[in-house]
Amino acid sequence: MGQTTTLSNYRYVSRKRRTKEDRRFITGRGKFVADVEVPGMKHVAVLPSPHPRANILKIDTSAAMSMSGVHYVLTGDELARETSSLFHGLDLPNVKWHPLAVGMTRYAGEWVAAVVADTRYIAEDAAELIEVEYESLPAAVDTEKMIDEDQPLVHPEHGSNILFRKTWEWGPVADDFASMPHTISYRARWGRSSTVPIETFGVVAKWDETTEVMDVWASIQMPQYQDQIAAVLRMPMNNVRVHNDVDVGGSYGVKRGIKHTVLVCYLAKRLGVPVRFIEDRLDNMSGGDAHGPDRIFDVTMAFDDDGVIKSMKMRALDDVGAYPGRAPLQLGKPMTALCGPYRVNSIEYEAISVTSNKTGQVPVRGFGQAPTNFAVETGLERVAKFLGLDRVEVRARNLVRKDEFPWKIPPGSLYDSGDFHAVLDSAIKTSDWQELISRRDALRAEGKLAGVGIATCLEPGGGNNIFEYLFNPKLEITTFVESVLIKVEPSGAITAVMCTTTSGQGHETMVSTIAGEELERDPDTIRVVHGDSLEALPTRSPVASRMTIVLGTATSNAAREIKDKMITIAAYDIGVEKEQIEYADGEFSMRGEPEKKLSWEEVCHIAHKQFHRMPPGQELGLQAYSVQQVPGAGQLPNEKNEVPLYPCFSFQAHVPLVEIDRDTGKVKLHDYYIAHDCGTAINPDIVRGMIIGGVAHGIGAALYEKFEYDPDGQLLAGTFVDYLLPSSHEIPTVTDVEHCTPSPLTSLGQKGSGEGGYLGAPAAVASAVNDALRPLDIEINELPIRARDIETALYEKSK
Amino acid sequence: MKEIEVTLTVNKRVHTVNVAPRMTLVDCLRDILRLTGTHVGCEHGVCGACSVMFDGEPVRSCLMFAVQAEGHEITTVEGLVGEDGEISDLQDSFWECHAMQCGYCTPGMLISSHALLMENPSPDDHDIREAISGNLCRCTGYQQIVEAVKMAAERRQEGL
Repeated sequence: MGQTTTLSNYRYVSRKRRTKEDRRFITGRGKFVADVEVPGMKHVAVLPSPHPRANILKIDTSAAMSMSGVHYVLTGDELARETSSLFHGLDLPNVKWHPLAVGMTRYAGEWVAAVVADTRYIAEDAAELIEVEYESLPAAVDTEKMIDEDQPLVHPEHGSNILFRKTWEWGPVADDFASMPHTISYRARWGRSSTVPIETFGVVAKWDETTEVMDVWASIQMPQYQDQIAAVLRMPMNNVRVHNDVDVGGSYGVKRGIKHTVLVCYLAKRLGVPVRFIEDRLDNMSGGDAHGPDRIFDVTMAFDDDGVIKSMKMRALDDVGAYPGRAPLQLGKPMTALCGPYRVNSIEYEAISVTSNKTGQVPVRGFGQAPTNFAVETGLERVAKFLGLDRVEVRARNLVRKDEFPWKIPPGSLYDSGDFHAVLDSAIKTSDWQELISRRDALRAEGKLAGVGIATCLEPGGGNNIFEYLFNPKLEITTFVESVLIKVEPSGAITAVMCTTTSGQGHETMVSTIAGEELERDPDTIRVVHGDSLEALPTRSPVASRMTIVLGTATSNAAREIKDKMITIAAYDIGVEKEQIEYADGEFSMRGEPEKKLSWEEVCHIAHKQFHRMPPGQELGLQAYSVQQVPGAGQLPNEKNEVPLYPCFSFQAHVPLVEIDRDTGKVKLHDYYIAHDCGTAINPDIVRGMIIGGVAHGIGAALYEKFEYDPDGQLLAGTFVDYLLPSSHEIPTVTDVEHCTPSPLTSLGQKGSGEGGYLGAPAAVASAVNDALRPLDIEINELPIRARDIETALYEKSK
Repeated sequence: MKEIEVTLTVNKRVHTVNVAPRMTLVDCLRDILRLTGTHVGCEHGVCGACSVMFDGEPVRSCLMFAVQAEGHEITTVEGLVGEDGEISDLQDSFWECHAMQCGYCTPGMLISSHALLMENPSPDDHDIREAISGNLCRCTGYQQIVEAVKMAAERRQEGL
């Protein structure tokens, strides 16, 4: 069970409370996209290309079209003619991207045609009748060869498989390197893995010819979704209504679905019927929004005899697959915490994004930070090994100290707050580190391979996305707003309108808890609804560990405004100055004369219905909205390319104990300890679930999960039989301990907690595996470290 | 395609439906009977999101055809709720422990846990992890689910 070192000063916040959302899920009454039924709805199936790279010579749809129950077969040429190219994060005018392939297929699994039929069964049958004549071509597959070797071009019009390449230098890198007695260079590789939600992506669209509104229900977690739908369909944004009350069955970043949505919206308008497309698992894993970062890091660190790191050079080469979308920007977000929680003085960072004939990469939990953290932590391990120092001690010597906040790192981020040493100590104490080492050694004495791991991670939260500008100056974005509207009804009931979907983060619980705390009303009585995109206030979606920070602060602000309005009304009615009114427990009373008071309900009644009792000039009703800026955002990078990125920084330390089977290479996690600090936890159960769930994701990335390709570009892991997701057997019981350093930048000191587990676990598990392999002088810095990788390494060593 | 008449009992109610022979049981439950609590995750028998009770045993309804359910008795997540509309002690424990996040795997998890508790009223952690090992969850890391099942078992033992 989780332990907490802080006691809540709050009435509802940080206290054990049941969530708002779970009630509908335990009864099977969640409303997921596949549960949305629009009368007359038709069903889509897509035809994937079997070739990684091929020219499309001819498509014959006649047999499919003539099948009973089939309404339409759409191919890429028509769709590309009638809609605009999908959005890329980089400025790539010659890289066109459409939901269906146009002229050429660029990965095995790319959709070539779409069938609309009465049922999904018929649509799939018809898809099999489509005859496509391909001219198969050699594919570009090996990531490293994209840089300087002659490779087939994925997008010939672009002229290169390099999409982006830039080097930044922050601080005196050359001088710092010259001043240090030691340097080490190493490579760390992050395999093509992802978050793989259990629900695939799905979307339903309905076009109303009379109102000219495109209604969209989707399993979505995407910034600027409605903006992009409207732009690509070439219609004003207020013709698109995205329904945000669809429950999303897991996302962790990947549920983007823009190509699915454009396809379905186009068909709905073209055919005049509601259309839905629910991916099956094969659609999802080979052609959907499934794949995550695929990254090779080459790093050099410069450090002194004590293991104190002064400078770092990092080159990150990332393979985004055939269509980049926002994926290359995942090399930008890690600038936010490029050196982790460590006091590095200068950094050189080269980011290279290449395209290949693989399924396109999409954003994944942490937006690129998890691979980078793994690369940084690998360096800490290497420094300790090089100097023969304790791994924990080396980290402690480099951590930012608690009296140094706000701490500015070379790329410009300001770490807001923290007590990294206390959290690290807490992890060491909770795990009983020495005892753990003794257990490891006892296992080793029995002839087993055993290891203890250590890793820390910073979780940037808040998401201002100014890094986009460093990758594409046309994206001159300096904020990422979030909004809420709170209304108090005449009866006194409270409703909050948030403006995005939710995919397991518990936003309704968070908003109602904070609003309840501010207004001293029971959160269980506060309703939270998801306004659709036409009703909604400005939003940038629930990504980047940002909702508790930005939406949470907006909720506080709106609630405080309502409280202030109510005090104003009560003061006028009682006949005193505002300052003489105090509010507590649902009553507005006069200081010193508490019998002069108005109840919550009386003030609501006045505000809505009794104009004669209202202060002159006071707005009727009780409502307030807050459009919240990301704290600390609002400026472009300076001339040195420094800019504060995400505002709030959570911190974690992870300690696992592993055992490795010598015969099979299988890793068993015995214990897992984690100490974490995300400031004020609004709902401790939600925070704990996020952290442990993030650890489970990280264990998957560290040991099991990879979208493997063969040298010709065929995907070898397109099902759950070959892309291995950890089950309840693979994930150990996690012992967690909470520390609380409130953020000075948010309304209640809250920070983000959705990503940290995933940012720390891969490095921690790799650290433990390598500790186990150290007696054999084996080191593996390529994730995932699968049983067969260890088995191969053991075999090679025994030869 | 010629449809076949199938009579099956779902959540104690007898239904007669006409289905194509190839229609899966999960599609029949969701699309014909509109019991959308049972979810589709992988459609190849790995993730367990489509788990239902079939004559008292948990099965994957994506790996069965609806016609195979002729004359059989099925319980879905909707059927775990009592006749008075009260949620079961297991469902309540899932809520109390926040044994979910997105809620998508939850119906399948509840079915597998329900089946476990019918067989083994006092499971330990290992028994629970074994029972839910065929149900994938990407949100929770399983721990709060294990705690919820344990809580439900303990509550039953204590007669709460």
